[in-house]
Amino acid sequence: MRYSVLSVLGQALRGQRDWRPQWRDAAPKAEYDVVVVGGGGHGLATAYYLAKEHGITSVAVLEKSHVGSGNVGRNTTIVRSNYGLPGNIPFYERSMKLWEGLEQDINYNAMVSQRGVLNLYHSDAQRDAYARRGNAMRMAGIDAELLDREGVRAMVPFIDFDNARFPVKGGLLQRRGGTVRHDAVAWGYARAASDRGVDIVQNCAVTGIRRENGRVVGVETGRGFIRAKKVALSVAGSTSLLAAMADLRLPIEAHVLQAFVSEGVKPLIDTVVTFGAGHFYVSQSDKGGLVFGGDIDGYNSYAQRGNLATIEDVMEGGMALWPGLGRLRLLRHWGGIMDMSMDGSPIIDRTPVDGLYLNAGWCYGGFKATPAAGYCFAHLVARDAPHADAAAYRLDRFATGRLIDEKGMGAQPNLH
Amino acid sequence: MTTISLRDTDSATAATPGSAPVQPFRTAAGGLIDRRRPLEFTFDGARYGGVQGDTLASALLANGVRLVGRSFKYHRPRGILTAGSEEPNALVELRSGARREPNTRATTAELYEGLEALSQNRWPSLRYDALAVNALAAPIFAAGFYYKTFMWPAAFWEKLYEPLIRRAAGLGRAAHAPDPDTYDKAFAFCDVLVIGGGPAGLSAALAAGRAGARVILVDEDHRIGGRLVADRREVAGRSGADWVADSLAELDSMPDVRILGRTTLFGVYDHGAYGAVERVSDHLASPPAHAPRQRMWRITARRAVLAAGAIERPHVFGGNDRPGVMLAGAVRTYLNRYGVLPGRRVALFTSSDDGWRTVSDVVAAGAEVAAVIDTRASVAPGLRHGAEAAGARVILGGAVIGTKGHLALNAIEVVTADGRGETIACDCLAMANGWNPIVHLDSHLSRRPVWDAAIHAFVPDALPSGMAAAGAASGAFTLASCLETGGRAGAEAATACGFAGTSPEVPRTDPESVGHAPLWRVPGSKGKAFVDFQNDVAASDVELAHREGFRAVELLKRYTTLGMATDQGKTSNLAGLGIMAELTGQPIPSVGTTMFRPPFTPVAIGAFAGHHRGKDFRATRHVPSHAWCEEQGAVFVETGLWLRPAYFPRAGESDWLETVNREVNTVRAHVGVCDVTTLGKIDIQGRDALAFIERVCANPFGTLPVGKARYAVLLREDGFVLDDGTVARLGESHFVMTASTANAARVMQHLEFCRQWLWPELDLQMISVSEQWAQYAVAGPRARDTLRAVIDPGFDLSNEAFPFLACADVTVGGGIPARLLRISFSGELAYELAVPAAHGDAAWRAILQAGAGHGITAYGSEALSVMRIEKGHAAGAEINGQTTARDLGLGGMLARKKDYIGRLMKERPALTDPDRPILVGFRPVDPGQRLRAGAHFLAIGAAPSLEADEGSMTSVAFSPSLGHWIGLGLIRRGPERHGQRVRAYDPVRNGDIEVEICSPVFVDPNEEKLRV
Amino acid sequence: MRIRCPHCGERDNGEFSYLGDAAPVRPDGPNASAEAMHDYVYLRDNPAGLHRELWYHAAGCRSWLVVTRDTRSHEIHEVAPARDVALSRRRGEVA
Repeated sequence: MRYSVLSVLGQALRGQRDWRPQWRDAAPKAEYDVVVVGGGGHGLATAYYLAKEHGITSVAVLEKSHVGSGNVGRNTTIVRSNYGLPGNIPFYERSMKLWEGLEQDINYNAMVSQRGVLNLYHSDAQRDAYARRGNAMRMAGIDAELLDREGVRAMVPFIDFDNARFPVKGGLLQRRGGTVRHDAVAWGYARAASDRGVDIVQNCAVTGIRRENGRVVGVETGRGFIRAKKVALSVAGSTSLLAAMADLRLPIEAHVLQAFVSEGVKPLIDTVVTFGAGHFYVSQSDKGGLVFGGDIDGYNSYAQRGNLATIEDVMEGGMALWPGLGRLRLLRHWGGIMDMSMDGSPIIDRTPVDGLYLNAGWCYGGFKATPAAGYCFAHLVARDAPHADAAAYRLDRFATGRLIDEKGMGAQPNLH
Repeated sequence: MTTISLRDTDSATAATPGSAPVQPFRTAAGGLIDRRRPLEFTFDGARYGGVQGDTLASALLANGVRLVGRSFKYHRPRGILTAGSEEPNALVELRSGARREPNTRATTAELYEGLEALSQNRWPSLRYDALAVNALAAPIFAAGFYYKTFMWPAAFWEKLYEPLIRRAAGLGRAAHAPDPDTYDKAFAFCDVLVIGGGPAGLSAALAAGRAGARVILVDEDHRIGGRLVADRREVAGRSGADWVADSLAELDSMPDVRILGRTTLFGVYDHGAYGAVERVSDHLASPPAHAPRQRMWRITARRAVLAAGAIERPHVFGGNDRPGVMLAGAVRTYLNRYGVLPGRRVALFTSSDDGWRTVSDVVAAGAEVAAVIDTRASVAPGLRHGAEAAGARVILGGAVIGTKGHLALNAIEVVTADGRGETIACDCLAMANGWNPIVHLDSHLSRRPVWDAAIHAFVPDALPSGMAAAGAASGAFTLASCLETGGRAGAEAATACGFAGTSPEVPRTDPESVGHAPLWRVPGSKGKAFVDFQNDVAASDVELAHREGFRAVELLKRYTTLGMATDQGKTSNLAGLGIMAELTGQPIPSVGTTMFRPPFTPVAIGAFAGHHRGKDFRATRHVPSHAWCEEQGAVFVETGLWLRPAYFPRAGESDWLETVNREVNTVRAHVGVCDVTTLGKIDIQGRDALAFIERVCANPFGTLPVGKARYAVLLREDGFVLDDGTVARLGESHFVMTASTANAARVMQHLEFCRQWLWPELDLQMISVSEQWAQYAVAGPRARDTLRAVIDPGFDLSNEAFPFLACADVTVGGGIPARLLRISFSGELAYELAVPAAHGDAAWRAILQAGAGHGITAYGSEALSVMRIEKGHAAGAEINGQTTARDLGLGGMLARKKDYIGRLMKERPALTDPDRPILVGFRPVDPGQRLRAGAHFLAIGAAPSLEADEGSMTSVAFSPSLGHWIGLGLIRRGPERHGQRVRAYDPVRNGDIEVEICSPVFVDPNEEKLRV
Repeated sequence: MRIRCPHCGERDNGEFSYLGDAAPVRPDGPNASAEAMHDYVYLRDNPAGLHRELWYHAAGCRSWLVVTRDTRSHEIHEVAPARDVALSRRRGEVA
């Protein structure tokens, strides 16, 4: 059933009786053209664009748990395209443009809210680095504004301008950035992909990648062998484990990133603000909770939880930036497993194994990339050639030196 | 139907000003409150009375106030459901102004004199809430309706729909002003941590304490005792409350036992680390002088006993959210502990034996029992006879299917076993549907609880190593089993820590039965039957989620928001699972379990931050000359943790640029001194020190003689520049390396990594001496003359004896050891003098005094930066982790005949691509124009695009030596393009000017000033 | 998380900084190949399970440590000074 104000009103009168499952809980078939491993945002978007853009509908998305059970439902919901390096800029802008038309495209309200993303700076050097980034964005046709202190004060007058250890001097603002209701992205893509014939197979863990003569022929799963011409991995947080099934070692480490939400309160802040002198960023959800985060814990982990040292560090950043937060209460904190890559940027590429494709290494930036990652990964899988916007995300860049290291931290994942 | 006169919210009256507030629902006697200490408070501006020992909830109930809030979505009237931290309904804004605390549970807020509370999420008033019209639209506002609409037109989302949704959402209002209170941090270590001070926890603490273990017992309540201070129980021939008092007294007498009341153990972390928050002053109007509001405890325990108790389950039936409907255990708590009647005519709706305990408590408090409705067809005759003796109607095999009353309950609708409908007047309905062990803390370490079919509840499974559950938290619901399992767990924990723990003898208790058959929802209910009260999730929403395929528990939760409110579903999660299990025909454990996330109850953000706020967010490091700089009115700048003097304004100087120009000109013409202590200084000694330096530095050092220093480039293993600095050879096997301010710690860590892990066979030691040595740059043509008066006589400073790049141990001030290097960042004749930090202030003043006759100036980081740009030296803006030595024009100095960190990786094709941007200088074509770092370079006439981007400006300065702005930047094939003009494009600052590429060395390119 | 430093005793993980997998061995010397160096710098096993990894006691004794930790549960099985481990590796001992 198409979603609209009419269908909602109609069902209100009929006691909500006629709604159907939003996506088919499919049983796996014996064979597909493409098997996408991972029923998160990226995997579902990939399946959707395979069907929509490339007419490939013999597609299964295999999910070990249920739709959206990974990082798509564990992030801090921020979307932005404020990157500074040419390898990243067109890709994230593609994603932003897809966000801007997503809801009408998939007929699902994911609450794309372009409330602005403001990165604060606290020194001349930081200002100049943001100017460099903002100018690069502008050269690519992306909105970016460099605010001075008064410009920041006009937007967020309640942050600490008077007694800060690291005084706020200004900020880089991308007005088109904002937030998106994360779960709805997974559900909306699942529904839209399912409507186009994609099989979404839940509770179907991949346990092996079968190859014959160096080429992928399918995957072993908890629900039996599934033959596939192409297998596309989209399993952030488990990438190394899946790749190991095809004897691949990758430039990726799994790290835990914690996220936080406060109790719901009436509107306090209507933009996304990133502290520049500590690990803290914050926005407010439509339900009223402040959603915030900081740095990764910094050690390899597959446990979806972190430790107190990082929690305290994040809260200290919060209080330093915004001393009015003190009495607001932290409601929940949780962790997600990030694919931290060696240069802080993702990989969308073929692998040395024929028929095996990789979408990985998103560090903590995977959510905002969801539409473009799906779009470009689908392009790669369908055409065996990278999409121009994701052409820099090659697996061999570590050997060639064509790194995309926005922070300049080098081959140490926990510093990105 | 019996007609009775009820006092409900409509008739509850606040005290008139000046009169002593009466509390019509307070019992004449009894309870664990101090009736001699009356208190006054206000709720929504009306004045009421309470007593010491009350919570806001008990005091409101004592005054007959049952309507205390409005629900999240439908704005339905809500009252008080519980008597503890699991409360979903009775949330208020406590205090006012900067201390306003939204979403505060009235059931845990202790009453104090003058307490102010406001109801929330209502307008214009609690009783007449305009948004109650939402209830009429309830058929539309089903779970997830917003995902299906508000999509057209797209632009309306941010402008119209979302602001409306946001204003409606969010419960209470947070304070905007800075929190005026402080928060403390404390660290504690113990053998046995006992979580919860009920019968099980106290028994555990007693057993562990008696064995001699260091014990910490935490309890969230201000009155420790758990159900023993809420139910009328007997332990060892005494009242439960007396047994608690005796136990606490015994624990108090033990030297190594600490009891933390008002303290919530909110999180379990790895390896026996626990987080707890103590509400030090929340029971007071404001914290006493020098006392924090709250204290965050980080407890490290070898063993823990989880004795957190259990939470009672509501029934899901139509109108179960009406004020006056309450958990049976809470009814007993208000009666027994607070001396408050939650109603004068109480009905009981139960599916468990323990619910029946309410009957005698109601009667004992002087109220009436209207009826007992048990969903089970038969119960033990004793229960039935007791209730009938109390005058209650007993309906077995029946159920409550609806409630009546405007803003609070005045009757319930009941269906009997034979299907007859009946309306029974009552002003309070007590619900008893069994108990859920508090397994939350168990799941903090990713463990999932398991279903115990015998008690129809999840219980902890394999607990985190070192943790054991006891009492109701483990599913042991009788008092006797609480005492027994608690004592045993405490003894075992002590034994595991090396003490001789023995399980105490279990005291005798009054008999009880715990028979129970839960009902997850009542069939045939009238009206909305709520599962999650706080998020307004009804049974019909669970059905809708089922219909739409959101059947896995996590999907159910996220789609309906069940369990996502500030109570994290403490009273609702299992009912949600139970209903989904019915709908799918699966057993509950197949539907799943929800993972409870920390914190157990919401914790103030300020408590996590402690004292790290404002200026104390991070430590501040002062340079040794700081006192002098302050005396001189220096302007400081934050550089990492350091506070460095940026420049030293003098009277008459109109702006920073005039000051900085003066400082630069003085250095170039005369002499200046700059505090460069912030540089990292690493002392490296040992037989293999030189070999080590050769491996970590990319340029060669083999020929460096004793008494000489050399510029050093360090690469990362991936071939990019890590940092630069100098290495001075003070002796055959003694070196001092400097690192940049920003990278000091990282370089030290890197060198230790190389020494300990990569090349452990090398014989050397190293230590950071950054804090031990104050270091000052003395630069300018008169630098030598100045230093002659500082360094003890006898040291030959002449150019011949101490040439450029010389280094030596010297003494100052009559024998104080010091180090002298002749190195220069400014391009002038320059030295860096290092003295022990304790003499830093004196040495600084001595240099200024010695230079006074030579026109010396102190110069700050700004002038330092201007001069290094004039000299084309790369610094942080260029050494940004994305540049190679070759990019920085340093390629020529790299060693060719040795192995060193980064040697191989820097040769990767993209890093040797001749098209890479390389460091050069820039000057404005129009000398009056200002340069900006961050501008990108474009060919003249090229349209801005990523493809046209040729590089960017990294550092700029106004050069007083040249009289115009100069810049350093990285541009494709830069060194080949001197003299070419390009655009410096800076749209974020509306800048777009032409600049000319030039040598990065703007001043003294032949280094004539350096070597004189 | 608590890490038992062999020199300082058990400390909070906030005192330490983390580098990563201790398994890769640097291809030392003038004859090392670029390919081997690439693998050393960039490729990781990244196991879900026992992981021998390098930590630095930055706010303590400044020792590098080899910590054997389960990345699924965070449970720590062993902590050893990295220098000792490196030396025994050099001697060809199993470490």
